[in-house]
Amino acid sequence: MTLPLTFFALQEGIEIQAAHGPAGEAFSPFLPGVIILLPLLGFLLNGALALAASRRSSAAVREGTELDFLEGGRRPLTHWLPTWIGPGVVGLAFAIVLVNFTRMLGAELHEPIIRHYWTWMNTGAFSVDAALQLDQLSMVMMLVVTGVSFLIHVFSVGYMGEDPGYPRYFAYLNLFVFFMLTLVMGASFPVLFVGWEGVGFCSYILIGYWFTDREKSDAGKKAFVVNRIGDFGFLVAMLLIFTTFGTLNFVEIFEAAPETLAYGGGLVTAMTLLLLLGATGKSAQIPLYVWLPDAMAGPTPVSALIHAATMVTAGVYMVARTSVLFALAPVGGLSVALIGAATALFAATIGLAQYDIKKVLAYSTISQLGYMFVGVGVGAYAAGIFHLMTHAFFKALLFLGSGAVIHSMHHAFHHTHNHADPQDMRNMGGLRRFMPITWLTMWVATLAISGIWPFAGFFSKDEIIWMAGARAAGSYGGWFVLIWVMALAAAMITAVYMTRLMVMTFHGENRTGQDEARHLHEAPWVMWVPLAILAFLAIFGGWVNVPLEIHDSFLGGYGLLPMSEWMHEWLHPVAAVATEIQAANAGDFGHLSPFGGGEVMWAVLSTLLALVVVLATARVVGGFRILPAADSAAAEGFKKVLFRKYYVDEIYDSIVVQPLIRASRFAWKVVDQGIVDGIVNGLGHFARALGWIGSLFQTGTVNTYALFLAIGVLVILGVVAF
Amino acid sequence: MLTEALVVSAMLFVVGTFGVLIRRNAIVMFLCIELQLNAVNLSFVAFSRYLGIDGQVFVFFVMTVAAAEAAVGLAIIISIFRHYETVNVDNFNLLKW
Repeated sequence: MTLPLTFFALQEGIEIQAAHGPAGEAFSPFLPGVIILLPLLGFLLNGALALAASRRSSAAVREGTELDFLEGGRRPLTHWLPTWIGPGVVGLAFAIVLVNFTRMLGAELHEPIIRHYWTWMNTGAFSVDAALQLDQLSMVMMLVVTGVSFLIHVFSVGYMGEDPGYPRYFAYLNLFVFFMLTLVMGASFPVLFVGWEGVGFCSYILIGYWFTDREKSDAGKKAFVVNRIGDFGFLVAMLLIFTTFGTLNFVEIFEAAPETLAYGGGLVTAMTLLLLLGATGKSAQIPLYVWLPDAMAGPTPVSALIHAATMVTAGVYMVARTSVLFALAPVGGLSVALIGAATALFAATIGLAQYDIKKVLAYSTISQLGYMFVGVGVGAYAAGIFHLMTHAFFKALLFLGSGAVIHSMHHAFHHTHNHADPQDMRNMGGLRRFMPITWLTMWVATLAISGIWPFAGFFSKDEIIWMAGARAAGSYGGWFVLIWVMALAAAMITAVYMTRLMVMTFHGENRTGQDEARHLHEAPWVMWVPLAILAFLAIFGGWVNVPLEIHDSFLGGYGLLPMSEWMHEWLHPVAAVATEIQAANAGDFGHLSPFGGGEVMWAVLSTLLALVVVLATARVVGGFRILPAADSAAAEGFKKVLFRKYYVDEIYDSIVVQPLIRASRFAWKVVDQGIVDGIVNGLGHFARALGWIGSLFQTGTVNTYALFLAIGVLVILGVVAF
Repeated sequence: MLTEALVVSAMLFVVGTFGVLIRRNAIVMFLCIELQLNAVNLSFVAFSRYLGIDGQVFVFFVMTVAAAEAAVGLAIIISIFRHYETVNVDNFNLLKW
């Protein structure tokens, strides 16, 4: 439903742009505030329903049982209204975004449109408006956020329908969309930061959605605490920017930055590195990625929405938004790309040895976010955002597909009272027979993420790798060669672990057991329709940004592709300043070829390579004899190291968590209870002791008092006399 | 002449003071206080020979106060005696805190 519309709009827009030429009409936003307020309204309504439902459902939530009405009875108001409110408000918001998008397509827009609502803070030199910013970058993000959110909301209707906390779930989900839109639409750092923290909070409550399970609520806490470390960097960067520029509004900062800051100076490098720290927290990059795999404790649509498609891309968005600063700091940009490449490779290898279907996808997400970091780090902002968009499509599809699988597995195990893990791929196998739609759509996403032409992931990922390779000719060239190699290696490994996932889940022998297999079923239409739409996007979404050379030599020549390098042209006004700075100081790499090869050559090469890897992996994994989880032996050797995630959690535990606990214990037992309380209590004891000594003089006997009197007189006499 | 009178006065006063400090019998302590007062009176009288009549006037005042004090003090002692059947001040140590 949504995609043909978008595509139609895209084509229309291109034509209108071409027709109007440079002197198009001005862009007039359509209800930008309403876009943000609709999800908030949904949160309030669903929240009220959740409160109303709490009397009926809180016991079921606590004990993890199902509500009785779900067994054939009528759903109460509180459990069917969210079905319409939750997806409804997001769908409406998406519609308004689409209207704005078509208007922006038809207009000339070189400067962002700022909508001021009210003055939020005003203290002396520091003033922040509650203001929204509409430009090409925020428009892409709004489209992705509301569009993918809408599909995932619809999917949730099926996935979470039997959960007793249904209205609460939709309230949280709506609140998340509200904060995410605040993040991408904010016109200044503080407004962005409100969204930044808000999505972090929503992530926390949604990871710990099933809060009666200790492990899950702990995972939520872990996500929150790890994010705080990154937020610290972001906050310090914000203060640094304020002291330098005297303002926190994006437009003013980016206008002043090229004159105020020296290229490659220490100040701008510090700013970008601190911003990078914030981005690594939110976008799960080395060293702060550890929370994301644990975040899989949340409901699967939450993983799809927050921990794959939208929230975790906030760091990428932030780097793209502050592209001017990163362009001014070559070391900062290089650090972004290096961390991204290292994360991409590192996480991909862990994904090779995981058995939990969602854990594989979690590491895959971390790895793909690494690619986006490489993209924005090497200065290919359009490529980074492009990959963000295609990744949102195919990774949301993969997560929702895994959600459909888990849903089905859960039902099968539930009906047969089997306590095996419904998420463990070793317990699956051969599901293709039972869930053909899920199987097909997930293969589409797998081919897309593996970078096989002509699926969406191919165009975005290849462009990032291409741009990294192109920079090998300039300064820090050696580093970029390294990044290029790491990104290529990670791409191959991506194809391996994704194929492994597909083969273990859908192909080969069925390992659920005879009774269980009878309860396996395809997802209901409310779940598979979003899958189908996302699959469509995962196939065709990449076509908006086909490299010119490929376009001309393959498809465009036959009139099959309406556009080429559209994303580049679209984001040009946003990235122009950064690109100019980079071209002036580090060289113009946009039109260079890595290592001399042409676009067509690299495209054919990488597709062939990816295809070979997919087919080889399918053959190899298909040949394995896989046993259900209960019968499997523990992994050994390097596989065990991978399965245990390089022991990073254990290492962090021993070098960060445990020392922190010990330090806290020291501060508690020794510093607080010992020194601070000791001083306070000591003073008390001292006063009491003095009083006790003084009381000894008060014998109550008259003679004693007379003696003191006499001594006193003698002392006074002595003083007077001498 | 003055020197002798003052020496006697000082001796009387010291005897009175030590009496108050050492003795435990309330009546005796009371007597010792009178002794101190009269030692002072002696000094007053002795000085008045050289310094005018004021000293003797003061002596009358002291005697008046001493009489009044004796009346009140003896009344208290009698009251205590009726209560405890003793006048040993070691037994009366409630006068503290």
